[in-house]
Amino acid sequence: MNARAIAAQTKTELLLTLRRGESLMVTFAIPLGVLVFFTKIDGTAPAGYRNAVDFLVPGVLALAVMSSALVSLAIATGFERRYGVLKRLGATPLSRAGLLSAKTLMVVTLETIQFALILAVGVALGWHLSIGVLGAVGIMLIGTIAFAGFGMLLAGTLRAEATLALANALFLVLLFLGGMAYPLDKLPAFMRDLAQALPAAALSECLHGALTGPAGRGFPTGSLVMLCVWAIVLPALAAKWFRWEE
Amino acid sequence: MIAEPNMASGVAISVTGLEKSYGANRAVNGLSFDVARGEVFALLGPNGAGKTTTVEVLEGYRRADAGHVRVLGLDPGVDGRALRPRVGVMLQEGGLYPGLRPLEVLRLFAAFYDNPEAPEALLERVGLDAGTRTAVRRLSGGQRQRLSLAAALIGRPELLFLDEPTAGMDPQARSTTWELIRELQSGGVTIVLTTHLLDEAEALCDRVAIITSGTLAAIGTPRELTSQTIAKEVLFTAAPGVDTLELAHALGLSTDAVWNAGDGRYEIRSAGTPQLVAELARFLADRNIELGTLQANARSLESVFLQITAEAESEREPGAARESPGASRRARVQR
Repeated sequence: MNARAIAAQTKTELLLTLRRGESLMVTFAIPLGVLVFFTKIDGTAPAGYRNAVDFLVPGVLALAVMSSALVSLAIATGFERRYGVLKRLGATPLSRAGLLSAKTLMVVTLETIQFALILAVGVALGWHLSIGVLGAVGIMLIGTIAFAGFGMLLAGTLRAEATLALANALFLVLLFLGGMAYPLDKLPAFMRDLAQALPAAALSECLHGALTGPAGRGFPTGSLVMLCVWAIVLPALAAKWFRWEE
Repeated sequence: MIAEPNMASGVAISVTGLEKSYGANRAVNGLSFDVARGEVFALLGPNGAGKTTTVEVLEGYRRADAGHVRVLGLDPGVDGRALRPRVGVMLQEGGLYPGLRPLEVLRLFAAFYDNPEAPEALLERVGLDAGTRTAVRRLSGGQRQRLSLAAALIGRPELLFLDEPTAGMDPQARSTTWELIRELQSGGVTIVLTTHLLDEAEALCDRVAIITSGTLAAIGTPRELTSQTIAKEVLFTAAPGVDTLELAHALGLSTDAVWNAGDGRYEIRSAGTPQLVAELARFLADRNIELGTLQANARSLESVFLQITAEAESEREPGAARESPGASRRARVQR
């Protein structure tokens, strides 16, 4: 694989992401907004947490993964497919593996910036940095594989407009059903059962477990298994059904 | 190992018995042709004739159902990795990031090749301003086409596929592009282009293949194609609305010998004798219709094309092409 080609492609992917206002909105403004808003305005700590920010930092990290790997990636790739960009790149010496590497690097770079910003804002709001952060990084990587697979599945099978609408809708629904800004415990039982089977709640539960999890509850192994299953199933479906031309 | 005969004989592309279907629709049906190295070769045909499908098989985008295809001595379906650095591609539409500026597009593409052209100079060569901060999405259709062409050229390809390269260009941009294609030709680049513009094929191409319904209807130099038959026809332009039935009657011809090619263009299938021209002039004079241009017995590639596609069509479905030859032929060439 040609490193120079992949570097140029990654740079382009990042440049385009940073140029899209809606992408900055969903990857930076909304996660940081949720973190600050729910800490400052509500401030009540969910059951088992010392304060609101302890609950919110892991949840917002999960939201950040979802915003980059699912929403931003899916919408960008869907429209690249619509405009024939993916097709045209297929005729250049940049291989498909090269293109996927560049997209992976773009998502990981974006998430690294999100991670640093969220932790910094969290600390400023009174959150305590712990060794659990290392575990959180590993969980975020698994979550990224799952959500990027989801994003590519949408982008490679649906029309670009449908991908746009669905990715945004999923972002909103999973924000509330993912235990990110609103504790899963407060949901009605049937909704909680449904939510816990979805990748968003699995990711946020794992991050809560790795960071400042609720007192008296161990690491949610079931959620980690669920997240790993999604991280296998979603990319596999994307690989099977992705079409390079709309 | 058997030596690849194409390399020695200077054949850039060889297609034998190519077949490709989409479901029940057979897009390409037993097509065979060769393109020599350094040749400018046009695939000409009505919409849906299978031109783009053929080119996309050669580009490696689609696999042939049957037949044998060689591009620069390699199989595009298998040897894509070896071919892509040597082949430039311009898609019929799209292919450019809408959010990038022209120079950013070319710099990206330049990074994919070992010995690329200088992006700034190449942009100027296709007639775009290298300093522009306008994003691709705000360029005109013709400007985008030129940028697509530049992206196809950035890797200094030996072989270039241009799918409708001048569609959407204004006359000036078109002439710049033609000039560029001629330059590339004298530089030894092999070019395969599809077009529905007959003057483009006539002006640029060493050889032309006319394709109808996925089969080869005719192939040769533009001169060979236009001189294959001695023309027995008269072409004229006048205000739209000339009554072709009445005119046929006045000229003593059968009703299907005169047809309206649209946009005020008319064709008379008969030798352009002095008597016929005089009759035509009288017919127009009686009705006070102003004559635009008059051309007798000189075939353009367009009339050859119309005749060949109409014949191919009537062989396939006898009856269908007979009813209203003018209208149905016209309908098939129109985009």
